Formats: sequence, C-alpha cells, structure tokens
Amino acid sequence: MTTKNKTNPLEAAPTMRLIERRPQLSRRGFLQGTGLATLAAGVLPNLLATPPAFADAETFPTLGAPLATTLLRMARDLYPHDQLADSYYVTALAPYDGQAKTDPALHKLLSDGASTLDAAAQAQHHHRYAAIELETDRVALLQAMETTPFFQKIRGGLVTGLYNNKQLWPRFGYEGSSWQKGGYRFRGFDDLDWL
Amino acid sequence: MTKKFKLDDDSVVVIVGSGAGGGTLANELAQRGVDVVILEAGQHYTLNDFENDEWAMFNKISWLDKRISAGGWHHTKTYPNLPAWIVKGVGGSTIHWSGVALRFQPHDFQTRSVYGEIKSANVLDWPIGYQDIAPYYDLAEKKMGVTTSKASGQPEMPANNHYKVIAAGAKKVGYKKIIRPVASNSTPYDDRPACLQIGFCMQGCKIGAKWSTLYTEIPKALATGHVELRPQSMALRIEHDKRGNATGVLYADKDGNHHFQKARIVCVAGNSIESPRLLLNSASSQFPQGLANSSGQVGKNYMNHATAASVAIHKGPVYMYRGFDIAAVIADEVEPNTNRGFFGGYYLEGLALHLPYTAAFMKPGGWGREFTSALDHYDHMSCVWVCGEDLAREQNSITLHGSEKDQYGLPIPIVTKTYHENDDKIAAHGLAQWRKVSEAVGATRVIDMPAYPASHNMGTNRMSAKARDGVVNQWGQAHDVKNLFVSDGSQFTSSAASNPTLTIVALAIRQAEHIAGEMRRKAL
Ligand SMILES: Cc1cc2nc3c(=O)[nH]c(=O)nc-3n(C[C@H](O)[C@H](O)[C@H](O)COP(=O)(O)OP(=O)(O)OC[C@H]3O[C@@H](n4cnc5c(N)ncnc54)[C@H](O)[C@@H]3O)c2cc1C
Ligand code: SF4
Repeated sequence: MTTKNKTNPLEAAPTMRLIERRPQLSRRGFLQGTGLATLAAGVLPNLLATPPAFADAETFPTLGAPLATTLLRMARDLYPHDQLADSYYVTALAPYDGQAKTDPALHKLLSDGASTLDAAAQAQHHHRYAAIELETDRVALLQAMETTPFFQKIRGGLVTGLYNNKQLWPRFGYEGSSWQKGGYRFRGFDDLDWL
Repeated sequence: MTKKFKLDDDSVVVIVGSGAGGGTLANELAQRGVDVVILEAGQHYTLNDFENDEWAMFNKISWLDKRISAGGWHHTKTYPNLPAWIVKGVGGSTIHWSGVALRFQPHDFQTRSVYGEIKSANVLDWPIGYQDIAPYYDLAEKKMGVTTSKASGQPEMPANNHYKVIAAGAKKVGYKKIIRPVASNSTPYDDRPACLQIGFCMQGCKIGAKWSTLYTEIPKALATGHVELRPQSMALRIEHDKRGNATGVLYADKDGNHHFQKARIVCVAGNSIESPRLLLNSASSQFPQGLANSSGQVGKNYMNHATAASVAIHKGPVYMYRGFDIAAVIADEVEPNTNRGFFGGYYLEGLALHLPYTAAFMKPGGWGREFTSALDHYDHMSCVWVCGEDLAREQNSITLHGSEKDQYGLPIPIVTKTYHENDDKIAAHGLAQWRKVSEAVGATRVIDMPAYPASHNMGTNRMSAKARDGVVNQWGQAHDVKNLFVSDGSQFTSSAASNPTLTIVALAIRQAEHIAGEMRRKAL
C-alpha cells in the first residue's frame, strides 16, 4: 500500500490512497537487507511474490502429478487472470487432493472427468488437454462438458478456493479485514479524487 | 440480573426468535413489566465472534438447516438449498443486516384500493393505515438511531467513495432524492460508538455501531429482570387447549432434549419461513391445517421484494468496500407511476460487496474471460441492489416436505417463488436506470447480476381485516387463536419497496403496547 501526497499541501487535498496491485517484496523477509532483494525485484517479481507451489506429486500426493497438471490447466482456463502465478491456482486446487484421500468417489470423479477431457482433446486436437496450445480450443472443450458433475465440482470449489485466498486479495486491490486497523474512518474511505 | 422461569410457569409470554421482531418485542414488553421467555434456535454470539471475513461469518451464523427452493425463480438452480439468507443466532438477521431504515409510503397500506385488482396476484389492504403506524416509526427511528431522522436527531453518515460515485451519477441523470437513512451511529448514540467505516456491516458490526437486537434490545430486556433468554432452543410446536387457546411451546435444547414451556401468550418471530413453518407444524386434530390457519393463508403470499443487482466498472478506483456498506440510496423511482408500465416502485440502493462475495454472486456459475476480466476491476466497481415492491401471490409459499426431515425431526420447508410479471418489470427498469446512472459518470462496463438469496422475507402470516383473507388482525394477533401473536415480517400484507426492518420494529413496539395493555386489563 502506498500513500501519495501532492507536494504542495495548499494546492489540493491528498490524492486517493491506492492499493499497489503488483506483488510486494516485503513478504519475502529473508531477502530483505541483502543486495539480492534489489536484484530480485528487477528480475523475478512474480516468482518472489508468492510461495512456490507446483502441480507435482508433493503437493498432490493422492491425485498425482499428471492429473494435477490437467486440473491446474483447467483452473487457469476457467478463471484466467494472467497476472496471477500458478501458485494461487495450486493453492485453490490442493483441498481436492486432501478430500480425495478419504473420499474415493471424489477421486474417481476427478480422474474419470480428466480422462474424458483428455479423450475429447486427443480426438479433436491429437494432444492431451493440458498440451493444447490455443486457449480458445481448450475453452471449447470445457464448454462441451459444462454440465457434468466433474466440471461443476472443479468450478464451484474454485470460486472460494481462489477468491477467498487472503494472499490473493491485494492483487485485486482488496484489503480484507479492517477493524484491527481502526476501519477506514481515517484511512481513505472518502478520498475519491477523479470524479 | 438473570431471571429464570419455571417450565410450568404459565404466566409468561413466550417469544420465539430474538431478531428484529422478537428482540424488540421482548424489550418493549419487559420495559412494561411483563415477564418473558425468549426461545432462540441459534447460539449467543458476541462481538468477539465477529470476523471481517465474508465466508467465515456466513458459515458461522447463517441458518443452514436444509431448505428447498422451488418455483420459477432462478434460486432453484443457483441456490437450490439456500432460498433465503437468514441468521440463526441471538439477534437474528439484525446481526448482518445492512441497516437501511426506510418507512413505508402511505399508499403501501392500501395497495388493493389504490392499484385495483391485479391479475394473478393476491393483493390486499392492510387493516391499518400509515397514520396508525407513524408514531411508532418515530419511536423505532429513535430506538435505532436512524441517521437523518428527526426522531433520533442523528446527522447523516459521512459520504464514502462508493456513495460519491453513485450520487454523482444520480444527479447527472436528473435524480433529486438521494438519501441514506441508516440505523448505524453517525455520532455516538445510545451508549454505542460512532461508525468507524469498517465496511463489514453484513458480517456483524465489530464495534456495535450498527443497531442489532443482539447488543441493544436483548441486554436491555435482560437488565429489567423480567426476561429469560434461552439460546439454542428450537421451537418445535405450539400446543393448545380444547378452547383453542395456546398453552405453551415445545422446544428442543442444544442436546436435542425436549421441554415444554407453558405460556400465557405465545408470540412467533422466527422470520417469514420459520414462523409459518412452526404454525403448520403445530397442526392438531382440532386444527388439521395448522394452527391459526382457518383461512388457509398460513405460509402463503411469500414476498421477498422485486430485486436484482448490478456492478459498474468505473474509470478510476472506488474501493467500494471502504466504509459503511450502504452507499447512496436513490429514492426518485419509489412513488407509484404506472406510466413506467408497472404498479408500485423501487429504490436503487448502493450496497458494497467484498471481493469473495462479488466473485460468488456476480454471475453464479460464471467462468471464463468474460467473468475474470470484470473481476480484475474489482477495485473500480460500484454495486447496486434494486429493492422494489413484490406483489403477494398465493402460490408463492412455504410448505412442508412430505418425507424429508431436519435434525430436529421436523419436515423440511419448501420455499416456492415465481415472480409476477410486475416484479420482473420493476427489476428490469431498475437495472436500466442503474446503467444510466453509472454511465453518466463514465462507467465502461455494467454487469447485471441475478437476485441474491432472499434477505427480505415477508407476508406468510399476513394481516387482514377479515379472518378469511389472512392470518392475523391489526395487532398481529391470530384471528383464530386469541393468545397467539405474530411479531415479525410475516405479518406484512404488502411488501412495499422499503427494506422491512424499520416497519417490523415499529409494529413490534405497537404490538408490545397493545399486549401489555390487554394483560393489564385481563383481556389476555
Ligand atoms: C445480508 C442481509 C442484509 C439485510 N439488510 C437489510 C437492510 O438494510 N434493511 C432492512 O430493513 N432489512 C435488511 N435485511 C433484512 C432484515 O435482517 C430482516 O428483515 C429482519 O431481521 C427480520 O426480522 P425477523 O424478526 O422477522 O427475523 P430475524 O431477524 O431473522 O430473526 C428470527 C430469529 O428467529 C430464530 N428462529 C427461527 N425459527 C425458530 C424456532 N422455531 N425456534 C426458535 N428460534 C427460531 C432465528 O434463529 C432468528 O434468530 C437484511 C438481511 C440480510 C440477510
Ligand atoms: S461500517 Fe460502521 S456500521 Fe458497518 S461494520 Fe463498520 S463500524 Fe459497523
């Protein structure tokens, strides 16, 4: 978060308190105070902003890497935000792995669903779904299965899995819990300056 | 002072529910020296339990016992088991109401006379008029600290960014009545602090600036020494004697054990799904259709306002979540004017959603770039809720499921709703006007949203002059059962375009005065 003030206080009221939507370095405490921080800020902003997470067997011990890769591609196609690193989508999908461990029916729903998706992808594009290059082609495949329980299961869970993740909120300019900061009474509830 | 009453004490008034209706009634009776037992199905939360987190609070305090959406509304698909959004807890839905406090207009009490007969609707005049309720509106506004009300003397709430964007657009399209009467403290009032613009009003106001029976009426009632509050006590049925008078209420405690609390008078205030459900569940050999249901109108005429919502994406940031959740309310469209092609009118109410709810409600079931490209501009959004008059229809109803039961062993309620053509026209008109208001200040994209799960629930035990047309008389007293009262929004004969709570509170004060008077005169 940054507070910008005009240089001459007599000229006009302070401008709006804006939320910096790009990933912030400060969360990577271990890099602070080292020369690395400045260097990394220039070259690796996206990577540094979020803890790394992958569609690998470590994060998805029950579902396994191939299925997780398909689900990750699907999550990105369902809710595409190009500015977001994969890790947010992985975080949103990880609970399915946990549930599948104790819920074989869910495990089957996911693996059968992904197989059906891959089969359609192979038939139409000679590639697994996740390997199809064009987003429009992948989206067409998803549209064709929009009413299936598999699709609904993944889509429904992502709405909260993705958008209820506090780490992601600043990326949308949303600040979350405010009472502990005294609300917005003295923090820009009425500072709109562009009307 | 904590008072305890014995189960076989048949001198007490038993109130079912502790929300806007029940909580207010309890306090107003207690102030008049009447002994009261409150049965509240939900837990007793405190401000410490409130989190600034939409889903955490939804999951903590909502009424999530199974309900079924039926009929023609989209809720059958989008919210099949969540037709309505109601709180289960001490304080009821006043924990997360957003505080809009609007009076009805005088004609709202005479819609049948003013509108005439409307095809496939069941419109009826109230047995009371505006002049009967006006003094109680004053008392209610004073009690609740409503801003810009003469009765409370509370000044307006300071304008936040969201208010400014909507008000500017409204003025540009020629609207004049931009108002904001809300029941939250613009300055310290009634021993509660001024609003800090925290912005999570619908998640429970963390500092208690917004009026809720949880921390106003209920503690005041308990302090009189005339009231016992029993949380986690679900009323199962109302029993009656051979003369047809209510004798008390059977309820289940938190462990599922059943108790019977005797009563001199029973008042039902469980909100408009549970109140009729309780009367239907109280059917007996003497009253096979349900208690107080000789008219057959118990559970009928379910209304929840003609409504829709919409977000607009602006050229600059708005951060609508900063500050009081209700922004500007546009009141220019509320007066009836059939030139617009419909009966009744509506308010355009700026209502902020936080990011998680915006994602869930903007386009239920939506996905793909059309969805995400809008959400990417969350910080530039303004959001409106259209609140319009909803016509009573007999087929819109609360009924009991034939076989499926809830955890208390009670049949699950089915909430059937099909909007009248008039309701659809109101919602469409409201959305079109909102688009103009938003585009007038340069909004580049406006996205219409379907109605939320019903937060305003009304009409299912309606007032009527004649016993054959409704369930209760002008005091909310059952036509059929003398010592049984309905004390919540289910009494409403028409929905009006106003959010219901101020009227529920005004009616509860009026009812308390009547009940206490009748008890003193030994007429009850
Ligand atoms: C998100 C949201 C925003 C809202 N905003 C506004 C607004 O701005 N303005 C406005 O006017 N209104 C608003 N409302 C509506 C308002 O909250 C309700 O109209 C009002 O609270 C209804 O009062 P009530 O007494 O009928 O029921 P409630 O306040 O819902 O209270 C009913 C209580 O009865 C209990 N109960 C039910 N059945 C039983 C039983 N069998 N035994 C024991 N206890 C039982 C419930 O647990 C509940 O606590 C909003 C509602 C929601 C959900
Ligand atoms: S904005 Fe005001 S009323 Fe709403 S939660 Fe914050 S302090 Fe309470």
